[in-house]
Amino acid sequence: MSRAEGGSRLLRSELSLVFGRRRNITLLVGLATVPLLLGIVLFVTQDSALAGQGPGFVGRVTGNGLFLVVSSLVMCLPFLLPLTIGIASGDAIAGEAQAGTLRYLLAVPVSRTRVLVVKAVAALAFAGAAVAAIALMALLSGAVLFGLDDVTLLSGSTVPLGEGVLRIAGVAVYVGLSLTGLVAVGLFFSTLTEVPVGAMAATVVVAIVSAVLDTLPQLAAIHPGLLTHHWLDFAEFLRLEVDWGVLGEGLAVQGAWVAIFASLAWSRFTTADVTS
Amino acid sequence: MTPPAVRSAGLTKRFRSGQVAVDGIELEVPRGSVYGFLGPNGSGKTTTIRMLLGLVRPTAGRAWLLEEPMPEGGGSVLPRVGVLVEGPAFHPYLTGRANLARLDAADATADPRTTRRRSDAALERVGLAAAAAKPFRQYSLGMKQRLGLAAALLRPRDLLVLDEPTNGLDPQGTREVRHLIRELADAGTTVLVSSHLLAEIDQVCSHIGIMSQGKLLVQDERLALTERGEPTLVVRTAVDHVGTATEVLTALGLGAPVVDGPEVTASLGSVAPETATAALVGAGVPVVGLEARRPSLEQLFVTLTGEGFDVAR
Ligand SMILES: Nc1ncnc2c1ncn2[C@@H]1O[C@H](COP(=O)(O)OP(=O)(O)OP(=O)(O)O)[C@@H](O)[C@H]1O
Ligand SMILES: [Mg+2]
Repeated sequence: MSRAEGGSRLLRSELSLVFGRRRNITLLVGLATVPLLLGIVLFVTQDSALAGQGPGFVGRVTGNGLFLVVSSLVMCLPFLLPLTIGIASGDAIAGEAQAGTLRYLLAVPVSRTRVLVVKAVAALAFAGAAVAAIALMALLSGAVLFGLDDVTLLSGSTVPLGEGVLRIAGVAVYVGLSLTGLVAVGLFFSTLTEVPVGAMAATVVVAIVSAVLDTLPQLAAIHPGLLTHHWLDFAEFLRLEVDWGVLGEGLAVQGAWVAIFASLAWSRFTTADVTS
Repeated sequence: MTPPAVRSAGLTKRFRSGQVAVDGIELEVPRGSVYGFLGPNGSGKTTTIRMLLGLVRPTAGRAWLLEEPMPEGGGSVLPRVGVLVEGPAFHPYLTGRANLARLDAADATADPRTTRRRSDAALERVGLAAAAAKPFRQYSLGMKQRLGLAAALLRPRDLLVLDEPTNGLDPQGTREVRHLIRELADAGTTVLVSSHLLAEIDQVCSHIGIMSQGKLLVQDERLALTERGEPTLVVRTAVDHVGTATEVLTALGLGAPVVDGPEVTASLGSVAPETATAALVGAGVPVVGLEARRPSLEQLFVTLTGEGFDVAR
């Protein structure tokens, strides 16, 4: 039996562990209720004086349910998604270390690189699932509450529903990819400790600190490299001419964070003493 | 002579705290042996085992498992090694069986078609079949320990490294583990078993290594070890005959007689126990009981270290 098959067996086991865990399921369900609640609030207040108010794309939701996807993602980006990423990636290695299962996994044996890769893929899958849970629930709630319509872009021009759905899917994919850097950061923290909560908290703090630094004009020079700086660039998908350069830059920054923190995680984890 | 199943040369671990947990030990576990790795709490047994398995990096020295250097050879040799390190550890929300399946899934060399059969057989073997579908979280201490053993037995192994396998088990469970070790050894598996309870595994071991404060004080065949100590003779008689008995024994050349109620204990030296028996009976001492004793491992340990079997630091 080949190594690759063996690897995918472990990955399947890991995925069923991550997605079978009650805490994680609760987290996904919790995230999915955000668009539902947002949709209901907007639906109830759409005839009132508050109609059309609110941050981001909220004002457009009552006209076209498709915008509930964008609004929900905007709502979840500052805290709920980083929290989700923190929990999934911070737990990856530290959780096994705390439970003591790490030493048994390594004694099976599984190479440390493989443990790290499998853990990273599972954490990324969970991040993807989190974004998908928000986006799909938003799409469903938006369609039911407000109906779906041709999409009016930022410039005011309109594209047909089919293309609109594609553009919104692009938004969701970009948001998902924007989280990869934070996954790598969380994975690195997870190799440093046997206390998963510590790694989770540190990961969330990184996202929040990055967002705070991003608001300080004195630090404008470092803004383009910040983990969260390009998170809202998904708005490109809502322009008539999508500027792929802007999107590419955002993804390149994430790629750099991933490269740096994945390397740190790898060099730390492959040399650390497992005394848990 | 076949090469040893486990070997180390100058194996040393100094933790970042500065503590030298293992201090240049030369372990040699012969193929087919049951090696009792004994030592008080904190003497470095678990740290040694972690280094043997590649979990902890030695500060100095080398180690080999089934002739493969560790940790480099771990990928090829560890599938042949069943381990229990510092107590069992499993995912609390998975059942016993699902936990075994998880470990088996991690093993790239295991055949997934036989996972169920092998894990059921392992659970059966450790007497856990009835609790196979219970979440690990609900297991009792002894059940957890048994699941740990089942994981070590998930595949046929050439070597078992069991750190404190009887920890948390009831007397019946302890007996079962001894029996299991005996059975596995009889089938040709080498067993390295650690314990801080000397008496608990003493009886199944063919070889013994004794750790104290990071050093391997002695290692040898168990019989050779116990023969190192002075044998003693314990004579039980009537209380009013202990005086005569003492005189007879002293005349024969037995040393340091100690009287305790109706018992006289003296070191045998080179005197055969049967000679002493004949002399006692000849002198009219009513012998109620007579026993030639080898020192226990515990006594041996005390003579080796000059200390009790307690945590040293
Ligand atoms: N991660 C660590 N950092 C620093 N010191 C450690 C670490 N792990 C163990 N030690 C120390 O190393 C020594 C040996 O510990 P070890 O766990 O190997 O003992 P042991 O013989 O297995 O004891 P026990 O019978 O209690 O299981 C102890 O003094 C312990 O305090
Ligand atoms: Mg120990």
